[in-house]
Amino acid sequence: MPNFIMSYLGSTVTPGEAGNQFWALIYVLIIFAGVSVAVICMNWIERKALAHFQVRLGPMRVGPHGLLQPIADALKLMLKEDIIPSEADQFVFWVAPLIGLLAAFTVYTVIPFGPSQAVSDMNIGILFMLGVSSLGVLGIVVAGWASNSHYPLIGALRSSAQMVSYEVAMGLAVVSAILMTSLNASGTGTLSMIGIVQAQQQQGVWFIFKFFPLGLIAFVIFAIAMVAETNRAPFDMAEAESELTAGYHTEYSGLRWSLFMLAEYAAMIAVSSIAVTLWLGGWMRPFPNLLNAPAWDFIFSLFPGLTFLGLAAIAFVGTARMPADSFFKIQRIGLAVFAALLGFIALLLLAIAVAGRFADASVGARFRDGIDYIYWFVLKVAVFMYLFIWYRATWPRYRFDQLMKIGWKVMLPISLGVLVVTAIVGVIVS
Amino acid sequence: MNDVSNRALSNLDLETPDKTYLDSNELVINMGPQHPATHGVLRVILKLDGEKVLGTECVIGYLHRGVEKIAENRTYTMFNPYVDRMDYVAAVSNGLGYCEAVEKLMNVEAPPRAKYIRVILTELNRIASHQLWLGTHALDIGAMTPLFYTFRDREEILKIFERYCGARLTTHAFRIGGCQYETYAGFEKDVKNFLAFFPPKIDEYEALLTTNRIWLERTKNVGVISGADCIALGVTGPVLRASGVQWDLRKAQPYAAYSEFDFEIPIGTNGDTYDRYLVRMAEMRQSLRIIEQAVNGIPEGPIMGKVPKVIKPPVGEIYHSIEAPKGELGYFIVSDGSTQPYRLRVRPPSFVNLQALDIMVRGLLVADVVAVIGTLDIVLGEVDR
Amino acid sequence: MNPVMNSALNSGMAPVATPFFFYMLAGLAVIGGVLVITRRNAVHSALALIVTLLAVAGLYLMLYAPFVAGVQIIVYAGGIMVLFLFVIMLVNIERSSKERRFNRMWPVGLAAACALLALFVSAFAKGKALFPDRMMTLPESSNTQQIATMLYGEAGRMGQYTFAFEIASLLLLVAILGAVIMTKKKI
Repeated sequence: MPNFIMSYLGSTVTPGEAGNQFWALIYVLIIFAGVSVAVICMNWIERKALAHFQVRLGPMRVGPHGLLQPIADALKLMLKEDIIPSEADQFVFWVAPLIGLLAAFTVYTVIPFGPSQAVSDMNIGILFMLGVSSLGVLGIVVAGWASNSHYPLIGALRSSAQMVSYEVAMGLAVVSAILMTSLNASGTGTLSMIGIVQAQQQQGVWFIFKFFPLGLIAFVIFAIAMVAETNRAPFDMAEAESELTAGYHTEYSGLRWSLFMLAEYAAMIAVSSIAVTLWLGGWMRPFPNLLNAPAWDFIFSLFPGLTFLGLAAIAFVGTARMPADSFFKIQRIGLAVFAALLGFIALLLLAIAVAGRFADASVGARFRDGIDYIYWFVLKVAVFMYLFIWYRATWPRYRFDQLMKIGWKVMLPISLGVLVVTAIVGVIVS
Repeated sequence: MNDVSNRALSNLDLETPDKTYLDSNELVINMGPQHPATHGVLRVILKLDGEKVLGTECVIGYLHRGVEKIAENRTYTMFNPYVDRMDYVAAVSNGLGYCEAVEKLMNVEAPPRAKYIRVILTELNRIASHQLWLGTHALDIGAMTPLFYTFRDREEILKIFERYCGARLTTHAFRIGGCQYETYAGFEKDVKNFLAFFPPKIDEYEALLTTNRIWLERTKNVGVISGADCIALGVTGPVLRASGVQWDLRKAQPYAAYSEFDFEIPIGTNGDTYDRYLVRMAEMRQSLRIIEQAVNGIPEGPIMGKVPKVIKPPVGEIYHSIEAPKGELGYFIVSDGSTQPYRLRVRPPSFVNLQALDIMVRGLLVADVVAVIGTLDIVLGEVDR
Repeated sequence: MNPVMNSALNSGMAPVATPFFFYMLAGLAVIGGVLVITRRNAVHSALALIVTLLAVAGLYLMLYAPFVAGVQIIVYAGGIMVLFLFVIMLVNIERSSKERRFNRMWPVGLAAACALLALFVSAFAKGKALFPDRMMTLPESSNTQQIATMLYGEAGRMGQYTFAFEIASLLLLVAILGAVIMTKKKI
């Protein structure tokens, strides 16, 4: 049995390629759970970070430093009355959040957390991702219509126009990255998500730095378009609360509303993953070719453990700084337990890193590599998630017509130009 | 009446919602009375073509308490706290206007020290009012953070109010004939501390907004109103000044001790939302200037004028107006010689300024309606009274 | 692509439960198609059409044409259907659902349907002669590349369909320009 499990842990291909459905199912479940947990964490971090941007504390009551707040929120939302307006289109109203959620979660099948840490490596990976994530807008549009109310309808109209428009610029930016994958000996590129990262590895450069500044411009275009695509500030027209109360989900409540939130955050992680895969070297650690000695491998493999150690240290400091009042006793114990948990994870990760360094068995080393890959990928995605929060705290909201103007008259020409110039430079170079 | 007001009147061609909705692509939606961006309980009926605004109609009165009628059943002294409840974010200004109007009616004058205290508190309140405007206006346009910064700094002003008279919002700071309370020990120090504390904070707000691309795009050429239109509609205050009309009652008809201070009237040129923003930001700095001069030159002396115990103004009528943070705040009082006003009428700046909403938003988008409501800086307590 | 992956590709890519997925997707497509024409509510019809389009995309996948499937999802399900819904939402559903559904065009429609049926039947009957008798053995991984070669040709050689492809794109351009000119009052 252990060998059976280890053979999976040390695999070099994705379950999709191996044609192993059971294994693929396990992966799907892990990813589903992982993304859900990530959304919960993101919820807490967003509230906390936003609060600190805005000179306030944020959630502090439920659990130490509000750590249990997302769970309390989830519980509250589940227990809330599920209201369906009497004039709403019942079936469509019911199905709309599911469409958004399905679209948001389906894209995770092709996101490569590592060279073999993906459900499947489709050869049209990026096309599949763009296609399925573009289905998410259907959920929004249909939700706005089914509510049979003016504000949701306007929100739905806005977001459908917005998302369709920004997909164009986004797609062209993606194409210019895909063009770069073809700069190899055989001259053929790839649409596979894993293939794109491997192409960056072979060429020894993240595509964001390729043909400087062409890659950077394409990346920036994508980074802007993806904010618009996920309806986040400063492009949150669809749910502009000061204008449309809550936009397309004004009439939703309880669990159904939380499904929209889940879909929104899952979509944010998904598009960030695309950006990371296409331009920031996906799962690769910094300088994989330059610093490729085993010693460097070992040093970089310590990072996951050290990160958790740092988090544990922060939690311990928080415990120590808690007021001595007996009122805070339970909170202090809770935070200490949480810190201990983080510390335990850190030690586990460090142990794996050290064991992987000295284990000659390929399985152990690959397991360690797998953790490394996932760590670097998640770290890069986390940077984008932080940016989403930062944008929200800093900027006012664009007006709808200005948004469309930027999409069609600024982003589209620039991305087209970058595409053409990239193609020309690519031909000259090869 | 000129063509502007005629236009404003004749264009109220809103049909009932049912009629228009079924027959055409025009959409009639209700913004408010429960809406996050209408600053209270304003209800705006919007007639839309897609997102373009074809016309608006404000439905007001949700907060009507009959303040003017109450005045007829209260003595002059008893009515004084009621005025704080009109523009509750600038309660000190309301009190100043009322007290000065009654003083003018009775032909008494507050002593110089009281006048200085009045100026200091009123100008502090102007800053507090503008801070609240800035925070909510930015929030309406989608910038969440300035709201919290302005509330953090407004707290310092409210602390001074609280120490002076015990209340933070509805202060009831002044009495007819002067002030009831002498300044507390450390008042001048607190005010001076605030003078040093606040200018960097204004810079902080401006760093977030003044040159922000999105802010510029959302406010420039939005809700433009010309100076002539403003005058025709009776619009006053920063809205009027942003349209290039240099009209400030503190200079034009000096009251309290304003004639003794050196300050400028900031004006705009385009009359758009951005100019109104700049004008108010500049006004905050000018208010600091006034406070600085006042707190440095505050004279010693009594704080209460020669006012009888029972206030019984002679028969007559008086109109007195001051420059409240939102515009010209006027009180028209008719006295029949008794202890109660025969009739009291308030000229509230918010109510009059709100009339400009329609001509400012026609042809703009829904998002601009929110921006324009924010830039008009209305307080529904004052609109509805 | 590394050798390990290639070997995995060749060894482990046996299709799974092919008949089941075919019948499921085909059934979904047919049910969706029927719902499209029977639903009175236009939004319900549009949703059914999306189901049909996605099922067809699944069928493309089963035919080892992942690129076409991806494009089907992006262009039809993601792009065109959103625009459809956009338009439908602005139409008064209550009024349109009360209108008579079958107008005088039905003989023409019936004739067209019969012609299509005849075509299918004849294709089914003579299929052996019309189509290659076995599936093309294109490696899945180069599917996109194959399409590109067909459309644009390889180095120094024009593709099989280059001309047709360019003509089609010109036609689309004309259509776009026409739409712009018709909607804009002044250009």
